Amino acid sequence: MSVETQAIIDSPPTGRMRATHGFLSPNAVWALVGGAAGYAIGHLCGDIIAGSQTVVQDNGQNNVAVVLGLAFGVLGWLAGAGMLNYPAAKLVGREPLPQLPSDNWTRYFRPTLDHKVVGLQYTVVVLLFFFTGGVLAMGIRTELLSPTSHVFGPGQYIAMVGEHGTIMMMMASSIVVGPLGNWLVPLMIGSRKMAFPRVEAFSLWIFTAGYFVILAAIPMGGFPTGWTGYAPLQTQATVGMDAYLVGFAVIGIGMIAAGFNLAATIINFRAPGMTWGRVPIFVWSILATAALLVLATPTLVVAGLFGVLDRTAQTAFYVNEHGGSSFLWQNLFWFFGHPEVYIMALPGFGIVGEILPVFTRKPLFAYRVGAAGMIGVALLSFFVWQHHLFQSGINPDMRPLFMLTTELISIPTGFIFLVGLGTLWKAKIRFEVPMLFAMGMYFNFLIGGVTGVFLSDVPVNVTVHGSFFVMAHFHYTIMGGLIFAFFAGLYFWLPKMSGKTMNRKLGQWHFWCMFLFFNLTFFPLFLVGLLGQPRRVFEYASNLQTLNDISSVGAFLLGASFLIFIANFIWSIFIDPKPASANPWDSLGLEWQTPTPVPPHNFDRIPVVLTDPYHYSEPGAPAVADLGVGSIATVATSTPQDAAITEVADPDPGGLPA
Amino acid sequence: MSAEAPSPSTPEATAEPHHFRRILTIWIAVSVVGDLLFAIFVGPHVPPGRMSDTATSDSVDFTILFLVALPVLVGVWVYMGYAIVMWRASRPGVPEPVGGPRARGNLRVQIAWIASTTVVVLALFVFGTVELYVTNGSGGGEGPNPIWTPTSATILPVQVIAQQWRFTFRYPTFGGFETPDLILPVNTTVEFHVTSLDVIHDFWAYQIGVKADANPGSDNIAYTTTKQLGTFTVRCDELCGLWHGAMYDFGRVVSKSSFEQWAARTEIQLAALTKTLPPFALTYTPDANGADGGFYPDTNDPYSNVETYGATQPSS
Repeated sequence: MSVETQAIIDSPPTGRMRATHGFLSPNAVWALVGGAAGYAIGHLCGDIIAGSQTVVQDNGQNNVAVVLGLAFGVLGWLAGAGMLNYPAAKLVGREPLPQLPSDNWTRYFRPTLDHKVVGLQYTVVVLLFFFTGGVLAMGIRTELLSPTSHVFGPGQYIAMVGEHGTIMMMMASSIVVGPLGNWLVPLMIGSRKMAFPRVEAFSLWIFTAGYFVILAAIPMGGFPTGWTGYAPLQTQATVGMDAYLVGFAVIGIGMIAAGFNLAATIINFRAPGMTWGRVPIFVWSILATAALLVLATPTLVVAGLFGVLDRTAQTAFYVNEHGGSSFLWQNLFWFFGHPEVYIMALPGFGIVGEILPVFTRKPLFAYRVGAAGMIGVALLSFFVWQHHLFQSGINPDMRPLFMLTTELISIPTGFIFLVGLGTLWKAKIRFEVPMLFAMGMYFNFLIGGVTGVFLSDVPVNVTVHGSFFVMAHFHYTIMGGLIFAFFAGLYFWLPKMSGKTMNRKLGQWHFWCMFLFFNLTFFPLFLVGLLGQPRRVFEYASNLQTLNDISSVGAFLLGASFLIFIANFIWSIFIDPKPASANPWDSLGLEWQTPTPVPPHNFDRIPVVLTDPYHYSEPGAPAVADLGVGSIATVATSTPQDAAITEVADPDPGGLPA
Repeated sequence: MSAEAPSPSTPEATAEPHHFRRILTIWIAVSVVGDLLFAIFVGPHVPPGRMSDTATSDSVDFTILFLVALPVLVGVWVYMGYAIVMWRASRPGVPEPVGGPRARGNLRVQIAWIASTTVVVLALFVFGTVELYVTNGSGGGEGPNPIWTPTSATILPVQVIAQQWRFTFRYPTFGGFETPDLILPVNTTVEFHVTSLDVIHDFWAYQIGVKADANPGSDNIAYTTTKQLGTFTVRCDELCGLWHGAMYDFGRVVSKSSFEQWAARTEIQLAALTKTLPPFALTYTPDANGADGGFYPDTNDPYSNVETYGATQPSS
């Protein structure tokens, strides 16, 4: 059914040939220029509109100018990146200029319709996000070395806390969906492109704009609310808060665009034969995540808009004395915020689900249960948000309900563990670097998940709510779960994405340092929280200094462990590149059956998918797909092993023998 | 998450040890030992301690949850550790063409797993709800209309007023004086009315097991019954701006007679000051320079000249 929908992309342009690849065509430099010009224009407009208002003259802060500056800056950035050319041409009734495929290095700094280039661009941008947030985290831990002596002023500290939290949340919402989702999904489902390549490029460029917007809060003095942005503190804060609200809304728009695009691609662009029962588990996780992105993120954008209006037009959505409610922000924010944390968990489940079968040489255990678990988590995640408000004075009748829904979510999450543990059963485990990270993810996420049950229990929540216990809990799920899974995926797929082999020794060093120092950093914080230290403070009880210092030292070492990754990345890809073979891990996945480097159109002919990609350890394993290149692709050789073992019948016995 | 390991559905090859039985044995042994050690040596010292009935029940609940959680953790760790030791490829680094059994699923294991996790989760939910409503309300903020209310004959109401960046306390039964000192009598049920004058704060009286958000214009009620003499820390637990990190204080639980003396003395000492305060109310609406930090200027603010103190009268 999907053959017709596969459009031919990058067909040689005919007619006018003005779309050159000179410096004048859209690129990152023009995006920066456009952003700066847009900010200046917007700020000027704001000065003209609101400069004479009493509130501006009294406070000396013109929120209107800052908001307009940032909004126009984002528009200018998008215009410089060429994002407006196509819709603008269509609007005025002209044929848009064709976008030429480019094959030199400058394509990584240009808008592109090739999902693989977008994926690599995303990889670099999310790593930039991640390392920026990481440096801020080390600043926070530096301040917490001593209970009462200070390195930073309270304003600097609170700004660092807010920036770290917001940058990391923005990064984590896209760290898998952006790089790996865009790069892998079309290849995994046998498509030549994403459903909406321009929307895909748009999501990347607006995501990058969000990075600059949120960084702009630093010279504006930061914002005092942390990443949760609670009103009325939000209404009271200085102009840094505008950068937070605009930045989150901008990132939110990018997330919605990416989510729609991925969902549309997965639903409509699967190759013939790629039935729902054969879709790789990673694609299931991305589909569930895309649903969350599309349905939850609009709430954030709207909540941010309300906040901006409160701060500029003096509406009172969140101001109690004027008919608004500070509970409104809490509810809107967490209605987005809780699905958001599953946006940060599900893709990680998908990645380890792809990696385990390859390095255990076994089929994925309970594939359907795993997919059902992801959908279950996604559905339930919309019904748990008020557990963030247990002590806030909400209707107390709601607490048992949200305790129940929150604890129920551990059932589908348990499915993911069933898949992982079942796949390990009597396996032949190869401890390659991706597998190490995948196992690390299971170890960390288990601690994060179990401590989440403590938090969901209202009586225990009285003690641990808002303390470092929560902080340790969600770092175990996001950092220990998603980020470990992301690095597992990066080490796993980089040979395909870059065509180069990553250094194995350095990868192992990276894993062991990251794993040990991650636990050294965050495990003491469970105790710190339980012993009474609230989040986001710069002074604490002196008896907690030892634990805090252990955590701080762990944080510095954890930060240093990423230097190993950066060294490995630069060494293996730029300085001493060793070409990777097309299928270095002997995976059966469809994405590995393409040549390396993957051609711009992915597949010479649309593959006909014959079976699911998990036929490991089977005698005469069937090829995953007919690639139409002469013969059915041969896959990793498998020989009969233990004929005595019978198993539950192949759920999908349609495969052709190789 | 339960810690069951997938059981083999078929007879093993003769040389093969019975993995499932081994894992089960290690799991049960480690879990029982771990739970016993925790219950005996750590359980009595689990924070937040025993200074009040809510603190005690919160700490007991934590202990019980930990006793349930430990076997889950141990189960997965034992299984993974066993897999790492026993089921590694013989030649590390060299891809092996042959893997393990081709099991794509095992209906019995899947059903057992789903059923056991569901049972554990529902049991935890019932336990949490019972603890929340039957024993002592757990000390969390219950909003203006609490569902769980104490049955004690005498209840001491104490109002907690949070503002950037300080807590003050009003004692309505002692003429409504306002003081920066939080002194409570022992063996007394205390009814905290938590409110804020500006942004959202959180009143966390750590050792007596009370935590309630302080919302502007809203009364958040929490109960506890003090059980031991001593000092407890009060911290702001909701990010409230620049000096949030330094917004902490100490309260004291003293004997009933000392409390009566202190309260009577303070009421007289502060009498002149109390007259200048707005009358006691459950919420206070400061003028326009309060919650919005002067963002809504007086000239544009329809409420700026309206005294709205005492919008809601306290229940006696």
